[in-house]
Amino acid sequence: MERIIVVGNGMVGHHFIDQLIQQDKLGQVQVTTFSEESRLAYDRVQLSSYFSGKTADDLMMTSPEYYDEHGVQYFVNDKVIEVLPEEKIVVTASGRRESYDKLVLATGSYPFVPPIPRPEDKAAEENILVYRTIEDLEAMTKSGENSKVGVVVGGGLLGLEAAKALKDLGMETHVVEFAPRLMAVQVCDGGGAILRTKIEELGVKVHTEKNTKEIVAGENTRYRMNFADGSSLDTDMILFSAGIRPQDQLARETGLELGPRGGIVINNQCQTSNPDIYAIGECALWEGKIFGLVAPGYSMAKVTVDHIAGEQAKEFAGADMSTKLKLMGVDVASIGDAHANTEGALSYSLSDEARQVYKKVVTNAAGDRLLGAVLVGDADDYGNWLQLFLNDMPLPVAPEYLLVPSSEEGAAAAMGVDSLPDSAQICSCFDVTKGQICQAVRDGATTMGDIKATTGAATGCGGCSALAVQVMNAELENLGVEVSNDICEHFAHSRAELADIVRVKKIKTFEQLLSEHGKGHGCEICKPAVGSILATFWNDYVLKDDHISLQDTNDIFLGNMQKDGTYSVVPRIAGGEITPDKLIVLGEVAKEYDLYTKITGGQRVDLFGAQLHELPKIWSKLIDAGFETGHAYGKSLRTVKSCVGSTWCRYGVQDSVGMAILLENRYKGLRAPHKIKFGVSGCTRECAEAQSKDIGIIATEGGWGLYVCGNGGMRPRHADLFATDLDDVTLMRYIDRVLMFYVRTADRLQRTSVWLENLEGGVDYLKEVVIEDKLHICEELEQNMHHVVESYQCEWKSTVNDEKKLARFSQFINADEPDNNLQYVRERGQRRPATEEERIQTIEIVEAP
Amino acid sequence: MSELATETWTEVCRKSQLSPGTGVCALVKGKQIAIFWEGISDQIFALSNYCPFGKVNMLSRGLIGDFKGELMVASPLYKQRFSLQTGQCLDDESVSIPTYQVKIEGDAIKIAA
Repeated sequence: MERIIVVGNGMVGHHFIDQLIQQDKLGQVQVTTFSEESRLAYDRVQLSSYFSGKTADDLMMTSPEYYDEHGVQYFVNDKVIEVLPEEKIVVTASGRRESYDKLVLATGSYPFVPPIPRPEDKAAEENILVYRTIEDLEAMTKSGENSKVGVVVGGGLLGLEAAKALKDLGMETHVVEFAPRLMAVQVCDGGGAILRTKIEELGVKVHTEKNTKEIVAGENTRYRMNFADGSSLDTDMILFSAGIRPQDQLARETGLELGPRGGIVINNQCQTSNPDIYAIGECALWEGKIFGLVAPGYSMAKVTVDHIAGEQAKEFAGADMSTKLKLMGVDVASIGDAHANTEGALSYSLSDEARQVYKKVVTNAAGDRLLGAVLVGDADDYGNWLQLFLNDMPLPVAPEYLLVPSSEEGAAAAMGVDSLPDSAQICSCFDVTKGQICQAVRDGATTMGDIKATTGAATGCGGCSALAVQVMNAELENLGVEVSNDICEHFAHSRAELADIVRVKKIKTFEQLLSEHGKGHGCEICKPAVGSILATFWNDYVLKDDHISLQDTNDIFLGNMQKDGTYSVVPRIAGGEITPDKLIVLGEVAKEYDLYTKITGGQRVDLFGAQLHELPKIWSKLIDAGFETGHAYGKSLRTVKSCVGSTWCRYGVQDSVGMAILLENRYKGLRAPHKIKFGVSGCTRECAEAQSKDIGIIATEGGWGLYVCGNGGMRPRHADLFATDLDDVTLMRYIDRVLMFYVRTADRLQRTSVWLENLEGGVDYLKEVVIEDKLHICEELEQNMHHVVESYQCEWKSTVNDEKKLARFSQFINADEPDNNLQYVRERGQRRPATEEERIQTIEIVEAP
Repeated sequence: MSELATETWTEVCRKSQLSPGTGVCALVKGKQIAIFWEGISDQIFALSNYCPFGKVNMLSRGLIGDFKGELMVASPLYKQRFSLQTGQCLDDESVSIPTYQVKIEGDAIKIAA
């Protein structure tokens, strides 16, 4: 069997191995990989998220189990120090010798640290750092504990990421840049100025045109940086992020050809000067260029896999270095020739200081082709412009109109995806073309979830998701599949649209909505959905005459119908806290009515087997004892699970039970597109499993961390970290807004997890809406929620006090008998419905037709 | 025809006891019969209360509406739909449930069963 050795297990090295696995080629080759780091591959692109709540485990891209499962041999903490190309053997630092048939160098790069005179002691080792590995992050965290001020040297992409990390660590943060502007490679002067304003607004001090001459001991701080212009800056920690250099040491010693300024020279097949040795990723030099982005590295990995497999035709053809990213919350994008270096190129720019948006397009001399672009502050145009650029398409409008999309001309500039060629690359992370997405649709994909699962598109940085949705919808339309969001045959509207209509037109009944905006008689789909919408916005009693015909049986009888037609009784036990007296009442009631009793996962007690006529009597007793409905039957807030928190637990840092009770009582009346569950944990041990809930709250020393849109159940999803260190008021304000935005915009029976996955822009967009109030609706969302909270009523209490409503609670309208079709057997001391075999057929049930 | 001959009209309830758009169940000669008041067309329907899929007496607690114009009730357990007119299951051709004649005299609802 052919033996392949991969030197380096970074993102690209792992991608190479993963491609072999995905393409089922591991049966034909034996793969061994070495990493000098202590971990297998992790997501270096997302490093800064380590400081906003992600752990090293969250960043992992593979695992020992995954490699074991596929027979990949791996060695961590073992650096390859020598290659013997004649004998085809590699030698590692630990003395291991392994032979290969093909060698793949994926050694990556190392941070460039300018040769500046500086202290060379242990303290310097701990406080003058770089930003590249998880170990570097750990060192930063450690240094951060004893540092008040931090400086990042380098105002490029990585430097600004690092600055965010220092901010997250709570330091006074400075960025020192040699060039006259930030992100000098990607952005022009105009864009740099807006970027600088925005970054400074976030509390980071920016110093441009600074050439660091030396680092010396400071007076009040650990260090002082002296600049060539005579100025200086005091700091405790210094982080170098002044660019990367290809890690080509091993290749150099092996005698492979290198570029004049470093980098392992490769051909179009990614072979080095030794045809059995390949180089991929940031260590490779192709046509004099190093590619410092992950997408080109992935392309090289693919080409190499194909070439080793004997497919000679595949070639690496360079890569577009256009990028779009969010730096400290600021959108920045750069396409092609951003600096208008092409001969005859023309630039058009718009600098909107009010909105703090900068846009620039660079065109050819004729003004009909896009050569490059810069976007700062608002990068929504990136996807469309990138396609114009990559596919060399004629501009749909005059260049100046690309810059002002709100005008009529600009509206026309929104290019239809139909005009894209099939070869157009939509997802650059995973090299997915328009053609592949269309094929996936032709093969049956109808949702973005399907597209992600089958093509991988939009699963990397996610920047292409809006465009991918457009491509998918266009293809569905081409196929004649009506892209219908209609809730059912009675309304030509989605649930979200119906919610808007109800809210804006202040519609109070289903009949009014149906006569003004629908047709027919309604059905089992639209009636409960509209019932839920009406309940959300007006919060009337659900059994009011106007609404009763809309309710599913569970809502009409305020209990969950079980398989035998009886109902469950689930009183609210907020936060899972219950007094012994109330617990005794539950036991007494269950005993009196012989109800099957079970503790739920949501920290309360389910009582099963109540017949219709028993429900009011049972609930009267419970209400007298101080219970209220638990809404277990509704698409509404179910439970807020909590751990015992700081009151009793020796690890707890906040009162999680108190918070859980507060939240459960606040949101208990809210009707929603689907059920909603919360969890509140009193410390990071997370005993309440809050990250598997729609709304998860985890206490830290600094306040509450808010997680949103998690789910257990059929398709588990970890909740996304939404905000940290919140006080009680801000926490509730954010939850008010998130929930109300969900209730307004989600589809029928759509849990928050799926809602978020389908929300264009994902959690970042949700943050913009909820935290930054991008849509200017936060005040209204809070008012909506305020109304719900204010108008709460216990539906069971209202019902047991209403003679007319109680009349519904009997099996027969004309007889006081129970349903004689019910049969039970006893098991483990309680009753349960008889199985079909156990049933004694006492009555004739089905008549001959 | 012999079956019809044995059927007699039984008053089961007053219309004023019902709410439009909902159902109730009546016990008539040992049979459980679901009675629905379809509010928009103001018609009353009667059919078996027994859902052959869920094997439970509870169709009266289902939601009513229309499926492509056919008035129907959806079973609360597993959501199969039955025509209010004919008892035919609209999701499974091979299944139908009995229906009963209804007449309204003044406020009284009478069922032939």
